Amino acid sequence: MPAPSAVRGTPFHERTGPLCRAGNWRRWAGHLSASSYEPTHEHEYQAIRSACALIDVSPLHKYRLSGPGAAALANRVVTRDVDRQEIGQVYYTPWCDAAGKVRDDGTLHRLGASDFRLTSAEPTLKWLHENARGLDVKIEEETEEVAALALQGPRSRDLLQRITDGDVAGLPYFRVMSARIAGIAAEVSRTGYTGDLGYEIWVGAADAIPLWDALTAAGAPFGLAPAGMLALDMARLEAGLLLVDVDFIPAHRAVIEDRKSSPYELGLGWTVSLEASNFVGRAALRAERDRPAAWRFRGIVLDWDSLEAAYATVGLPPQLPGTTLRDSVPLYAGGRQVGYATSRGWSPTLKTYLGLAHLEAESAFVGTELEIEVTVEHRRRRARATVAKTPFFDPERKRATP
Amino acid sequence: MSATNAYDAIIVGGGHNGLINAAYLARAGLRTVVLERRHLVGGAAVTEEIFPGFKYSVASYVVSLLRPEIIRDLQLARHGLEILPLESTVTPLPNGDYLGRWADHDQTRRDLYRHSPKDAEAYDDFATLMYRLAWAVKPLLGVVPPDPLSPGLRDLKTLLMLGRHARGLDEQQFHALFKLGTMSAADYLDEWFESDPLKATMSASGIIGTFLGPRSPGTAYVLLHHYMGEIDGVFRAWGFARGGNGMVSESIASSARSHGAEIRTGATVERVLTANGRATGVVLEDGEELTAKTVVSGVDPKRTFLGLLDPEELPEDLVEAIRRFRIRGSSGKVNLSLSEAPEFSCLPGGGPHLRGAFSISPSMDYLERAYDDAKYGGFSRRPYMDIVIPSMIDPGMAPPGRHVMSIFVQYAAFDIEGGWDDAKREAFGDAVVDTLSEYVPNLRDSILHRQVLTPLDMQEQLGLTEGNIFHGELTPQQLFFFRPSPAWADYRTPVRGFYQCGSGTHPGGGVCGASGRLAALEILRDLRRRPRGRP
Repeated sequence: MPAPSAVRGTPFHERTGPLCRAGNWRRWAGHLSASSYEPTHEHEYQAIRSACALIDVSPLHKYRLSGPGAAALANRVVTRDVDRQEIGQVYYTPWCDAAGKVRDDGTLHRLGASDFRLTSAEPTLKWLHENARGLDVKIEEETEEVAALALQGPRSRDLLQRITDGDVAGLPYFRVMSARIAGIAAEVSRTGYTGDLGYEIWVGAADAIPLWDALTAAGAPFGLAPAGMLALDMARLEAGLLLVDVDFIPAHRAVIEDRKSSPYELGLGWTVSLEASNFVGRAALRAERDRPAAWRFRGIVLDWDSLEAAYATVGLPPQLPGTTLRDSVPLYAGGRQVGYATSRGWSPTLKTYLGLAHLEAESAFVGTELEIEVTVEHRRRRARATVAKTPFFDPERKRATP
Repeated sequence: MSATNAYDAIIVGGGHNGLINAAYLARAGLRTVVLERRHLVGGAAVTEEIFPGFKYSVASYVVSLLRPEIIRDLQLARHGLEILPLESTVTPLPNGDYLGRWADHDQTRRDLYRHSPKDAEAYDDFATLMYRLAWAVKPLLGVVPPDPLSPGLRDLKTLLMLGRHARGLDEQQFHALFKLGTMSAADYLDEWFESDPLKATMSASGIIGTFLGPRSPGTAYVLLHHYMGEIDGVFRAWGFARGGNGMVSESIASSARSHGAEIRTGATVERVLTANGRATGVVLEDGEELTAKTVVSGVDPKRTFLGLLDPEELPEDLVEAIRRFRIRGSSGKVNLSLSEAPEFSCLPGGGPHLRGAFSISPSMDYLERAYDDAKYGGFSRRPYMDIVIPSMIDPGMAPPGRHVMSIFVQYAAFDIEGGWDDAKREAFGDAVVDTLSEYVPNLRDSILHRQVLTPLDMQEQLGLTEGNIFHGELTPQQLFFFRPSPAWADYRTPVRGFYQCGSGTHPGGGVCGASGRLAALEILRDLRRRPRGRP
């Protein structure tokens, strides 16, 4: 008998498998995930920005918290104030260790007064149980049981409304509702990882294929295309959204202290509600607020002329990345290294070379002139870059509700 | 006259170059106004809903070489510009086969191999050479043409920079550059390839916008022009604008307004006012006068020098040169509203090919015959066509499930025998639909609406003299320091304070925008203003 496969397909694999003409797969949390469906990912990216795209995000970890102590558990874990979270509201939130360093980030959906869904990049079951001591709460992992499909892009609302019985079109940004999509019971949240108008649809794994079929059958007139991780990575960079293991290391897996970051150091200060109940890491973060941390997380924009000049020294036009680069490169100011860029890439929409960067606080003001290391024909050179606000691309349609 | 009609700069014509020029001038702090004759800005880059629910990029239909620095400087993405990729070109063939070139290299190679194994290899070699040459000449797009005969210090610097940039070209590359400047597209491609549909489709780019056939000398250069976009590679600006080409103009107009520029539509400029050899303003058709020390023309050279000014005010040799400037219209445009997706018999059903372009250019003889039909005052019975279906990639262009098709058609003479009339326009439209139906059997029955533009329509509706889409043919003797005329290729004119910024100036042609930007930088230089006066 052959050894079992190291990876498995998601509940959508029966459909995504044959669609992946490029044969371009990667692994995501033990699942097969398409990097791109077509030989080049350009159209998939454009579907996200100009029409609508289907992205299989089933490998996300998902947990259901219910029972009288559910809200207390959520409040104990995440940095935001769950007491103020309305039913049907979704929080984007990090969660921290006792030292106030970020373990992970995800979304917390309040489906009922005492009913939550937490999504995460990392397995979090044990962490939830550890923090549930003394609380009357049921914690269920539903990673395999719930299939998740992101429908993102400017036409996603029109498409979804066409095949649902609920008022999906009226769903505001970062809200969640129950709806039947082509007769399938689902939760629909106005969330995503693209910085665009979009939804995430949560259904039982058994309903995954009918959901996919219903969306693709109705989607053609709206320019619907399946999109893989390469396209998603470009969109999330433009949206200035963090990627775990690239832009930050989960605190509990950091082997050295320097690899850990607080929410403030990741530009997530807005998610920290120090007045909220006593969440894990609050004392440390309160101290940090009074004595600000040394690091900031910012956008950077590379200067085109200096990039061109760096390549012109060897007689080449600038070589730009077609995908988002995830290796860290040094940033300098005043001849000294003041930080590093963790994600970089070309924005086809903005026609600029962008990056996300960790910077020492004194070099992190928007507009600060930096230098970034670029490797030109095997040699290290530097190009100018400027500190910028994120998101780089922030269309009105992302938040707008008709 | 009211003080509100006093400006620092007046731009005549709200095409994309005029708008870009205005945006740069306004950004530098000049009180700027754009005067556009029509009810909407954009010139030939407009989106109009002529048939309810269906949006046509009426004339210009793709974004070719829009300069990335303009997109950045004017923050066009924030003002609504999104460029969608045009990934493939398929040439359907009369025998039911096709030749495809795709975004994916291996796929292209496999397709070419089917037609000629040798060409599949030659294609890569050709691309490498063109890439190298395009890189060598590309800086031309970004500089004010120097005067090679009586060069000033700045001209010498420019020539030196261009020389340095092109250094390192080897003998073969240098010879190729010379051949491209002098040969016909057909002859040059014969040196490389044997597959007729490949050569014909490649040569088509050399004849667009000219009243020449692929066997006419001087058509090879544009082959190189096309690889300029290739250099841009991943940051290329080739493709469709979401919402049609009108969105290019709208986004530039929005950026210009955000910098304080005023844009007036329905404002037809009658002529430029001058005093003592200086521009002082303009007078509109209705008699209203506007004053400014800087007046910029975005219209074509014929209108700029022979229409807006009194030729008496200009040196005789310039007037003669402009009269001789070749601006023959050669193309028409057909826009269709379709009830269903077109189905090409060579690639039945849906698929990614429908998001790309289709070229009706099955053979070199086909193209040359199309030219023969039009040469003596006619139009091609079986024309060359460049076809895109914008609704395939931008579903907002048509109601769900329906489509718009944009067909660029060549050749059609401007001075057709007996003159253009409604009957000839419809006959021209019929020739297009008849020819295309041979490749797309379901086309005819799915047409809900048809718009046909002849060269005369383009002159009358869009203000393009003789219907020439480039404000003057892009042939070597009308490029760089010859565009539009030697000594006046630096955006200035003999009338101080009066400038040109349209496609009839270097580098011209297509939705490139470099003319508008370079002219603005020259104007600001004359005014001793910094390009970035205001943030």
